[in-house]
Amino acid sequence: MASNAAVLERPAGVVSGRAGGAVARGMVMGYLSVVVLLPLAALTWSARAEGLDSFWHQATRPEALAALELTLGVAAICALVNAVAGTTIAWVLVRDSFPGKGTVDAVIDLPFALPTIVAGLTLLALYGPGGPAGIDVAFTRLGLLVALLFVTLPFVVRAVQPVLLELDTEVEEAAASLGAGSIAIFRRIVFPSLLPAILSGVALAFARAVGEFGAVVLISGNIPFKTEVSSVYIFGQLQSGNGTGAAAVSVVLLAISLGVLLLFGVFRRWWTKHEYV
Amino acid sequence: MKDRMRVIWIALLGVAVLVGSAAGASKGGSIDLVAYSTPKDAYGKIISSFQKTQAGNGVDISQSYGASGDQARAVAAGQDADVVALSLDPDVNMLVGRGLVPKNWNGNSHRGIVSDSVVVFVVRDGNPKKVKGWGDLVRPGIQVITPNPFTSGGARWNVMAAYGAQRRAGKSDREAIAYLYKLFKHVPVQPASAREALQIFAQGKGDVLLTYENEAIYAEKKGVHTEYRTPKATLLIETPVALTKSGLRKPAAKAFYKYLWSSTAQKAFADQGYRPVVKNISKGYHKPPGLFTIGSAKYGLNGWVKVNKRFFHPEKGIMAKVERSVGQ
Amino acid sequence: MSRYLLRLGALGYLALILLVPVGFVFYRAFQHGLGPAWDAVTSHQAVHALELTLLMAAIAVPANTIFGVVLALALVRTRFPGRGLVNAIVDLPLALSPVVVGLALFLLYGRGGWLGSFADHGLKILFAVPGMVLATMFVSLPFVVREVVPVLREIGTEQEQAAETLGASPFQTFWKITLPAIRWAVAYGVVLTTARAIGEFGAVSVVSGRIEGRTETLPLYVQAQFEQFNVQGAYAASVVLALIAIATVVGLRLVHPREEA
Repeated sequence: MASNAAVLERPAGVVSGRAGGAVARGMVMGYLSVVVLLPLAALTWSARAEGLDSFWHQATRPEALAALELTLGVAAICALVNAVAGTTIAWVLVRDSFPGKGTVDAVIDLPFALPTIVAGLTLLALYGPGGPAGIDVAFTRLGLLVALLFVTLPFVVRAVQPVLLELDTEVEEAAASLGAGSIAIFRRIVFPSLLPAILSGVALAFARAVGEFGAVVLISGNIPFKTEVSSVYIFGQLQSGNGTGAAAVSVVLLAISLGVLLLFGVFRRWWTKHEYV
Repeated sequence: MKDRMRVIWIALLGVAVLVGSAAGASKGGSIDLVAYSTPKDAYGKIISSFQKTQAGNGVDISQSYGASGDQARAVAAGQDADVVALSLDPDVNMLVGRGLVPKNWNGNSHRGIVSDSVVVFVVRDGNPKKVKGWGDLVRPGIQVITPNPFTSGGARWNVMAAYGAQRRAGKSDREAIAYLYKLFKHVPVQPASAREALQIFAQGKGDVLLTYENEAIYAEKKGVHTEYRTPKATLLIETPVALTKSGLRKPAAKAFYKYLWSSTAQKAFADQGYRPVVKNISKGYHKPPGLFTIGSAKYGLNGWVKVNKRFFHPEKGIMAKVERSVGQ
Repeated sequence: MSRYLLRLGALGYLALILLVPVGFVFYRAFQHGLGPAWDAVTSHQAVHALELTLLMAAIAVPANTIFGVVLALALVRTRFPGRGLVNAIVDLPLALSPVVVGLALFLLYGRGGWLGSFADHGLKILFAVPGMVLATMFVSLPFVVREVVPVLREIGTEQEQAAETLGASPFQTFWKITLPAIRWAVAYGVVLTTARAIGEFGAVSVVSGRIEGRTETLPLYVQAQFEQFNVQGAYAASVVLALIAIATVVGLRLVHPREEA
């Protein structure tokens, strides 16, 4: 299979079927609308309920902006760390073998399955005051990052694993037999094929890191302008009766996330086209 | 193609069945209690003993527990509720504003208050830092833990206790507010809820935790050693319960509501660390000499409506300004 | 050499970020022996919570899987206007904090909301199972799509085209060529979706009404235990969730025995 024929996309779905394709697309759009778009629309509508001036004002209050900056910054770092760590872990899980590998593979998804309060409690107990190893990063930005790394761990790993599994190793073996070093093989042959998957996982990790509440609320400290993330700020506004303000900041956060996700998509398309030339 | 369609139809059918069964919810002889999370054990006991009385015989009582603000919002969004037991008046008043709770909900002889508590200081074993009064909280090096008053409605009791104590000590309004600024500079972390604050304190952060007496007592009961000191001047915490408009239409709900002031119920609250409000159920609680309430006008406390607006408005409130100064 | 370095790096990171915390959860759950842990998860309330959680997953996972595969095919194999936007929107549910998910669903289905009148006609969505299912579907939406899309791109369309020219119907092509090729992606997508569906707390908590014995899922039960200072019970119930997630991966291994790459 030509691993670099990644962008042979044919118009008029080859596999989706002709008429069936349109019906399927319709149902999918319907599902997406009911489950995602309608609630988002209701949210956006309520954000502008008190007028655009009020919307802008709520969205640009100093605390809101500070929280936004912190949230986006830490989410970006988290996404980057995941890109490197997740790919490495996926590589080791697919290509390497060592005792206990199956067990490690089985627990990769646990950050998802564990309720966020338990994640928070655990990280606080381990890496907070009184922790067994003497590490105390609680109530700092580093602690916040650790909590986010925990909840976003599965994304890049699980995105890259299936691609690695489907990857044809012939080209790599050929290159190796021609004398290419493993770094060069990775850089020129494997990595380009993995990049779309890595980007997929990174986008998810970024999105999750932006929206995470439960796992970070315990360990981050919630001091405005210092360690308060947007999700906690939004919650605070809601609790104080400022529902419109909460919605406004949420919509802004959503819009920025959407922008970042779109950029990822554009970059991926550019990369694969560029690759193909 | 056919298989796919079949799967879709089955899924739709399944959803329809679920929706249908959910629609046929509680009918006849049932009450919905929506409460904040702390008094859960007490309500459990109260409900079982109520069901043994004549008025409560055969009555099915559904229970929902969660953070007070969350519960209030859920009821506002349509959650069935006949009796709402929240952690402070403003949450109930929000429901009044939405037309779900009658305006005169607090018209009974106890003003709708079903249990009391006071703001206390939880300290480390043996109180090594010798924290006794509000002045000790702002000594150099002392770290105070309190929940964020914007995410935790209950934390507002802490703030108003601090303010009121200053006023009682003769300070002016301006000086009392300056104290709040000073106090929050000593707060390294503001957990989102009282329970989380206790957890963080128990984990080793901070020298003093501001919380409510009933939380400290309950924690001790549940095996988390909690040593606390009651400052001389402190705020009386009053927890309200209200009958909703739908509850008013159910004789069983009205009976249950009334039952909350019976000696059995008040004892159940007392067992969980609350101070009963019915006079002759005393439990030997020492009344702090400087006790004041949210309505103690001579100390600048004019009831929750005015206090909320002045101190806790999300943007213009005094605490919003305090938070801003802490962070910048 | 580099193999060992990679292994060390990966395992070191995993130990710090994943293995030690997970180990801690198990340790705290069984700290006082198997008995208390067992008691905590076999109470009437806990068992009901577990059933409800499994029900959520049983609906949300297949729905999101079918949706995911179909959408992935549409995104990769066809062109339609707004493709890039749809692609990005699919990830958005994750960017919403659970509080906001609950808020949005309140705004939609709650009293006075756009679709709030459903409740007046007896169709309870919020504070009942349907609302919780919607919230669960919302937060676990993207995973199957995200897993399948890169693999679909990776494998290209040659085999599918070949099958077509040989006379296979679109469905046969899908069933015999495409699906086997994406099976790992779908499998991992299902694993992630299941884990998220059973573990979701925030959004489900907001829309469930937290009614004991009726709308309390296992994560909500965990939170309730924590609130009542029954931290060990909270950890024990979390172990149940962890075991379900692990069982999903193990089940996957059994169905698709691993081929070494």
